Amino acid sequence: MKWLSDDRLNHLRSIVGNPDFSSTKYRFVKELGSGGMGTVYLAEDTELDRLVAIKVLNTPEVTDDLRNRMIREAQIIARLEHPGIVPVHDVGTLPDGRIYYAMKFVRGSRLDEYAAQGVSLRDRLRKFQAVCDAVAFAHAHGVIHRDLKPQNIMIGSFGEVLVLDWGIAKVRPRMNTDEHRSEINPCSSVSIRGNTSHGTVIGTRDYMAPEQARGEIDQLDERADVYSLGAVLDFLLKDQPKVGKAANAIRLKAMAREKESRYVSASELSADIGRLLDAEPVTAYRENALEKVGRWVSKNRFLVLLVLAYLLMRIIFIFTSRP
Amino acid sequence: MDPDTDIGGPLHKFPVTNQSAIVGARSDDQVVRRRAFDTILAGYWKPAYKYIRLKWQADNEDAKDLTQGFFANAFEKNHFAAYDAGKASFQTFLRTCLDGFVSNERKAGRRLKRGGDMDHYQLDFASAEDELASHASSTLSPEEYFHREWVRWMFTLAVDALRRRCDESGRAVHFQLFERYDLNDDNVSYASLAAEFGLEQATVNNYLAAARRDFRRIVLEKLREITATDEEFRTEARSLLGVDVK
Repeated sequence: MKWLSDDRLNHLRSIVGNPDFSSTKYRFVKELGSGGMGTVYLAEDTELDRLVAIKVLNTPEVTDDLRNRMIREAQIIARLEHPGIVPVHDVGTLPDGRIYYAMKFVRGSRLDEYAAQGVSLRDRLRKFQAVCDAVAFAHAHGVIHRDLKPQNIMIGSFGEVLVLDWGIAKVRPRMNTDEHRSEINPCSSVSIRGNTSHGTVIGTRDYMAPEQARGEIDQLDERADVYSLGAVLDFLLKDQPKVGKAANAIRLKAMAREKESRYVSASELSADIGRLLDAEPVTAYRENALEKVGRWVSKNRFLVLLVLAYLLMRIIFIFTSRP
Repeated sequence: MDPDTDIGGPLHKFPVTNQSAIVGARSDDQVVRRRAFDTILAGYWKPAYKYIRLKWQADNEDAKDLTQGFFANAFEKNHFAAYDAGKASFQTFLRTCLDGFVSNERKAGRRLKRGGDMDHYQLDFASAEDELASHASSTLSPEEYFHREWVRWMFTLAVDALRRRCDESGRAVHFQLFERYDLNDDNVSYASLAAEFGLEQATVNNYLAAARRDFRRIVLEKLREITATDEEFRTEARSLLGVDVK
């Protein structure tokens, strides 16, 4: 038997543990993370000389079902061409039969890491709105993410927001336009993981809508993602000293236990966040007269200061010009 | 991706391709139990021998007797059947049993003699001694050393199995390429191998990929043999390969 040096031992570990990219244009760099279905590796695209993230099925025992799910996941993400959704570059098969797909390698921080850097409330809300917009885009294409959480949201080096890990997303049939009809599988309303049966709980508990936590797979719609977005907002607001009643009301409406009480869509939620940022009245909160004035003053602070300064000058003028 | 995503259903299961020897060790059937024991012995005797030499500072004759004695005693008294996967890995369990055995033998002042009424196994202690001589000094703790030697032994057995499979299936060149590129310390390129073996570079690529694929499969099969549960299998795969195997 051949003696294996430590160096050879490490080499063999990498051969066995890491995917064999030898028949592809990619070169293995390191493992980035592992999830329920696949592991994501950092690899170098030797043709285009750039780094990419490659997701590879975990199991070496590839069934047609698993292979189809993985391809489906890649197709779904590829269909979602949006600045807030990580683009898929390529899909293929490794020598051991495992499916992989290559996507953009996002440099930056996860949303939870980003929030820990002492970011202002306004910046948090801006990033959150960008997340809502990306999710709204996916909803418009019939895709429900089902696992939205800070760990699945990346803030890139230039402040761009990207929603990751569509591994348990669900595709719903859409009936609104002919264009949409032509894009979807007529028998869809399936999960990337295959036809998830009723009663199966998928997602992450802390960010999961109540109906999702109950395993009511058939009942899940876009409002399940709205709930998760509300939980993400809750995460972003929880350590903020002064949140405000309107922001709190948006959070509560998004996280309503009954889905009928939530925002109908992520775009509605995004619109309310936009109003909050613009100091406009939000749909989630009915202001009293005093609050309306307070918001107006807050929004028109410069004008108010100008008027006050003018009035002060007038008063000073009146008093100083008396004989 | 975040590992805490909770996915329901059976997707976590890695297909069971081999019967676990740890499970077999609990069998009432003497034949099954013997076969399971042989698998455990094959997978652990060398790390155990080296561990006794290093941790217990035993000379080679003493270490040989203690290794033989430990496994013979474990089989005779069916110690491995007491393993509880919920408490520790089998590797940790076996090492703890080994420590207990050696400690008791030392306390009792006994010196086990081969050839007595105990089972005697044909084990290649000379190769273990050669290996010890080539990497005697180590900064690892005895536990880390045991683990590393176990990993080394697992891979050595897998390489041997790969060689046999390739020979039996008429793919000796696959193994020769694997040996030259992945097992030898000298640096060779795919191009130089292609020239040396008179093959296209693409063929070298394909043969190497196939050999590595088989090697991976063999390693996982061997791991499956000496783990009791799916969870332990995955934990050991993480420890052995550094990756999650679902």
